[in-house]
Amino acid sequence: MSGLSELFAATRAQNRAALIGYLPAGYPTLAGSADMFNALIDSGCDLVEVGVPYSDPVMDGPVIQAAAETARAGGFRLTDLFGIVEKISAKGGKAVLMSYYNPIMAYGADAFARDLAAAGGLGVITPDLIVDEAGDWLAATEAHGIDPIFLVAPSSPTERISRTVEHTRGFLYAASTMGVTGARDQVSSLAPDLVARCRELTDLPIGVGLGVRTGAQAAEIAAFADGVIVGSAFVSAVTEGEKQARALAEELAAGVRGTVPAIS
Amino acid sequence: MPARGVSATSGQVSPRLEQFQTKDVKPSMTSNATRPPRADGLPRPSDGLTGTPHDPTDGGYFGDFGGRWLPEALVGVVDEVAEAFAKARHDPEFLDELDRLAETYGGRPSPVTDAERLTALVGGARILLKREDLNHTGSHKINNVLGQALLTKRMGKTRVIAETGAGQHGVATATACALLGLECVIYMGRVDTERQALNVARMRLLGATVVAVDSGSATLKDAINEAFRDWVTNASTTYYLFGTAAGPHPFPMMVRDFQRIIGLEARQQVLDLTGRLPSAVVACVGGGSNAIGAFHAFLDDADVRLVGMEAGGDGIATGRHASTISAGSVGVLHGARSFMMQDEDGQVIESHSISAGLDYPGVGPEHSHLAAIGRAEFRSITDTEAMDALALLSRTEGIIPAIESAHAVAGAVVLAKEIGPEGIVLINVSGRGDKDMETAMEWFQLNGDGPGTVTTSTSATGNTTSKES
Repeated sequence: MSGLSELFAATRAQNRAALIGYLPAGYPTLAGSADMFNALIDSGCDLVEVGVPYSDPVMDGPVIQAAAETARAGGFRLTDLFGIVEKISAKGGKAVLMSYYNPIMAYGADAFARDLAAAGGLGVITPDLIVDEAGDWLAATEAHGIDPIFLVAPSSPTERISRTVEHTRGFLYAASTMGVTGARDQVSSLAPDLVARCRELTDLPIGVGLGVRTGAQAAEIAAFADGVIVGSAFVSAVTEGEKQARALAEELAAGVRGTVPAIS
Repeated sequence: MPARGVSATSGQVSPRLEQFQTKDVKPSMTSNATRPPRADGLPRPSDGLTGTPHDPTDGGYFGDFGGRWLPEALVGVVDEVAEAFAKARHDPEFLDELDRLAETYGGRPSPVTDAERLTALVGGARILLKREDLNHTGSHKINNVLGQALLTKRMGKTRVIAETGAGQHGVATATACALLGLECVIYMGRVDTERQALNVARMRLLGATVVAVDSGSATLKDAINEAFRDWVTNASTTYYLFGTAAGPHPFPMMVRDFQRIIGLEARQQVLDLTGRLPSAVVACVGGGSNAIGAFHAFLDDADVRLVGMEAGGDGIATGRHASTISAGSVGVLHGARSFMMQDEDGQVIESHSISAGLDYPGVGPEHSHLAAIGRAEFRSITDTEAMDALALLSRTEGIIPAIESAHAVAGAVVLAKEIGPEGIVLINVSGRGDKDMETAMEWFQLNGDGPGTVTTSTSATGNTTSKES
């Protein structure tokens, strides 16, 4: 059983969703990056997504774009990823990467999976890679025991969801809305339907992302998903300070437990 | 001398070209368009859409290049485009309308000009010019936008988005949208809106909304990123009218097919004029749409060299350039696996060129394939070489080319000398230079007391004017 399977088995046993927090690696600073991820885990994140700052992030809105540019300007290099992941796993935290595919291709798919596995990373979310093009990546992740995590979107027909879940390990990333990353006032009405369609095709845990920023929204999603993924809201909070980031994690952690009656 | 190119047109595929057969299809090669042939025997745009022996695989691959490297959320709309194009390319109604607009609105066919004075000055091969600069809106871009805008209408979409670098594709898109009554939003890097202010004004006059993009390097690649973000958000109503033969499948094939008319016409025109095929076809390459359009009809003519001129900026050695194939490496950018400019971490490197239209760190996948199999050659032309060629063509032939096209002229002049007087070099003059006058004024100091041979005797001019009035 992979680390991610264990994680979701545990949260399912607790009848709650997992809280998954995203930050770009090297943000707010390269030196302080690992500590910030660990702060999120301390404050209630079950899993962190370590984002690879990329020059051309087509699926990201302005908040994450700006943070990625800050991280790159601060000297982030691809090799820094593995040190950050190592510091997270050394403290018992669980981490996956989120990376556009070109940096992985440039590093070498096999070397990337190998070095991530050595650092204790569990999986990689690839927002611009579809399973149709993932032959090399699937071979690399399988060889090194890394979970390849693919996305499905509200526009994905059944046939494509089916093909995607066949190759996905760890959990399935369901994009709640048609659009880029960024906090939104309301949870998309497309998400419950998408998750329901996925449930008919797979037993994989399903994480829902894009647009979540409050505990109430987290509770709403936790009612039908296995994981609540929060990105831009954490980035904005970290921009303000670690205290704000911890407070947000605590609020969201309460949210993902919202469907569970208080323990007496 | 024998007409050496003609012999290669018999349909025999040379062993060297066999590996280039990417798909075992038997295209009809006959358009379903219903209009009678033109009296002059020239092909029409619909003849570019019949399918070719060089079409990509079902997955969109030209050899190792192409494919669909894009977010899952965009697969649905891209599939929709692919299906619509697959039907349209064989639909007589669509083809007739494309041909009609190309002729009565776009100005096709474009002529081939015998550049006698340039040829004499260079003292090498005979130089011929394919005049895409004479098209409506001033470049080859209209060929593609008329096709895709008609496709938009067929698909029932009401809103068009597009990226633009120099503004030529933006102007062409805004023009087609005005013609067909479509809402139009153009994404343009902030840097480009500043150096191509005239084209921004043209787009606005045509009714388009121009969005200046500040993210990243604020140039063409960032405008494309922003257009993709818009598309993923508004997929149901919106058509992304991609401007070059790059992006995810089917765009590289579709844009190429709408531009194939350049080479189809030129091949016939050169045969009519000279009785033989050219020794070389030369075009500038940014994303590569004018080049693939010019090259494609000659792919099976093994004796015709296909030479792409990439933007060399300050020179490849300086790192400030846009010579993607000459000095880049293979990666995935904007939906396709192709050559690109990137650092060792796979971060996209900002390109540099005096020409906004060539200032792009990627290139269409079919060019990467042609380079990989050795069917096309790619060279690099610096800013200075391009601007020298811009002045040269202006003064020898009275044609002010776009700075993009001036890269082709610069490379072709060198090639003409290499090939010698026995040969023929066909240059695709992809656009005209009106949009570049501000850059030219600065470069040649045409405004002040610069070193050019521009006469500054204002009093003489004044006298003449007063006498005539």
